Formats: sequence, C-alpha cells, structure tokens
Amino acid sequence: MIVYGVALLSVCLILGMLAGESLGALLGVNANVGGVGIAMLFLVFASNSQSFKALTQDSAATGIKFWSAMYIPIVVAMAARQNVAAAVDGGLLALLAGVAAVLVSFALVPVLSRLGKEPAALERERSG
Amino acid sequence: MEIIETVFVRNNLIVAFAVVGATIWISYLLADRLTSGRIHGSAIAIALGLLAAYLGGVATGGNTGVADLALLGGIGLMGGGMMRDFAIVATAFGVHLSELKKAGVAGVVSIFAGVIVSFVVGGAVAVLFGYTDAAAITTIGAGAVTYIVGPVTGEAIGASDAVVTLSVAAGLVKSILVMIGTPLVARFIGLDNPQSAMVFGGLMGTTSGVAAGLAATDPKLVPYGAMTATFYTGVGCLLGPSVLYFLVSTMFN
Repeated sequence: MIVYGVALLSVCLILGMLAGESLGALLGVNANVGGVGIAMLFLVFASNSQSFKALTQDSAATGIKFWSAMYIPIVVAMAARQNVAAAVDGGLLALLAGVAAVLVSFALVPVLSRLGKEPAALERERSG
Repeated sequence: MEIIETVFVRNNLIVAFAVVGATIWISYLLADRLTSGRIHGSAIAIALGLLAAYLGGVATGGNTGVADLALLGGIGLMGGGMMRDFAIVATAFGVHLSELKKAGVAGVVSIFAGVIVSFVVGGAVAVLFGYTDAAAITTIGAGAVTYIVGPVTGEAIGASDAVVTLSVAAGLVKSILVMIGTPLVARFIGLDNPQSAMVFGGLMGTTSGVAAGLAATDPKLVPYGAMTATFYTGVGCLLGPSVLYFLVSTMFN
C-alpha cells in the first residue's frame, strides 16, 4: 500500500520535529535544532532495518519515492516565495555581508572535506 | 475574470502544481536548447523562481514573493517549510548509514566552523561600515549566519529594528547566492560526493540555499547536505546571543 510509505515518512518527520523542538528547549534556544536531520536519520534507520520491511518495500516504497521526486518542484516553489525584494533592498552592507560569508564558506568546503577522509586515502591522493 | 479568480483561488495548491510543472518544463527546454545541457534545468527553474519572487515582491510589497499574488497563493503552501521539510526527509530514503558515518566528524566540525566563519565575516563587514556597538555588530554577524539567526539574536540582545532588518537582508542574500552559486562553483570545491556534500551543508547552513543549490548541482547529494544544514540554524541561535555576543562585547563597548 502506497499510503504505508507516506505514513512512515510522516511519522519520521513528526518524531524528528518533536526531537528537534525538545532539543531546542533543552538548550534554551528559540529554534528547532536539527529536527529535519533527525527525521532523516529515522528514515535511514527504518529503510536499512528488517523490521520495517512492510513499510519500505514494493508499493510502500513508491509512496516515499514520489515525495523524494517532488523535491525539486517543491524547491522551485520555495525559490518563488523567497523575499528577494527585501534582499535587494538591504543595500550594500547586507549584500557585502551575505556575499563575503558565502565566498569564505565555499572556500572552506575542500579544506574541511579532507577531515572526512581516512589518512590512507589522503596519502593515495597526494602521491597520485 | 471573476470565475477564473474564484477557481484559481479555491484550488490554489493545484494551480501551483501546474505552474511549477510548466516552469520546470520550460527550464529544461531552455537548458537543452540554449546551453546544450551545460546548465542544469533545475538551476534555471530555481533562477526563474527567484526572479518571479522578486517581481511578485515588488508588485505586492509582501514578503513571500510571488505567493502574495492571490492567483498564485498556492506557491506559498507548496514551497513552504512543511512541504520542503517533508520532501527533504523523503530524499534520505535509500541513503546508507556507512556514508553518513564516513563524514560524521567532518560534518559536525563544519557546522560549528560554518556558523563562526559566517558570523565573523558578517561582523567584520558591519565594522567596516562603521558600526561600533556590540549589539549591532553581533546581530549583523548573526544575519550572515542565516536570516533566522539574525533576528533571533537581535531580539535577544536588544538590537535596533533597523539593524535586525539589515541582518535579515544579509541572510537572504546569502541564501539566494547559495542557490545560484552552488552549481557554478561545485566543480572547483570538490562538491561531488556524499562526504563533501555533508561538509558543504554544515558550512553553508541555510536550509533553503543548500536544498536548492544541491538540487541544481546533483540531486543525489541533497540528503547529505540537508542532514547537516538542518542543525546549523539551531547551533547559530545557540551561539549568537551567548558566546559570540560575549566575545564581541569584550572587543567593542
């Protein structure tokens, strides 16, 4: 049943959001800390586990894959509802602060990515 | 005219599906014909979305882009936080735990590094523009983290409304630039595997920016980047009004 997959996805999101809100409250922050990330972990665990097979295989899987495939259209809609006019109105300071933060962060991606590699892989990269 | 309006407004989410579908179709056509596939169709669709959002914002004076036009109100629901998060979680289906573990430490480090680096850069720009009080510098720095961290921090430490507005604008610039810039720089920063995508998500942190930027680069990388990015705003809200404000206060008072 397609709806089983959709329901599993929904339960993962709700549990993740509850965890994220609780984590935020625990830290004394007025924000959801990692709710979506935690929900993704739940779904990864469920899809890698034998006990949830009925909810993640065959037609149930299509219920999840549909929403995964709707991701790009949803992102396009998200882009269309951004407050672009306010960003443009922010003036030079806002523009510079935003642009500089992005450029420096881009530059750090290759630097920090090396942290994730095992020493052997790094060695191979250097010699090769 | 009235009949059209009634039908469109009453079925606004369905209208959004149709409009977004048509936009994507046109974008893929353009990507194929004009750039012979060099620019990804979804990158063009996202850029068209942003352009429409700008025009919508200017036309209506609202703050949700094209969704402020009554006929396109459904775009607001379709592209809102609820649907976005639902679809992002769905992309995690089929992700292997081993991939996540490989970049675990680098992912966590990148979240903290990303918040601090963006904060310092944003704060430095504020100083360059002549701000000398700690609350304003901290708030603008926090805005360069994300457009949520800016106002959360500003309200907590009592920054002026004008400064809070600036911080939101800085965050919006960041988010939009990540959407547009990611596919352009992906090759140069090695953004082509799950591990670097996790680091990328942690460093950039703007969920919308990362979500759209990776979608336009390689949809397979989305779950990895989104995973770390969703912790970023929380960490920013945690550090901004506390440690970071404290540090700025010791330098400027």
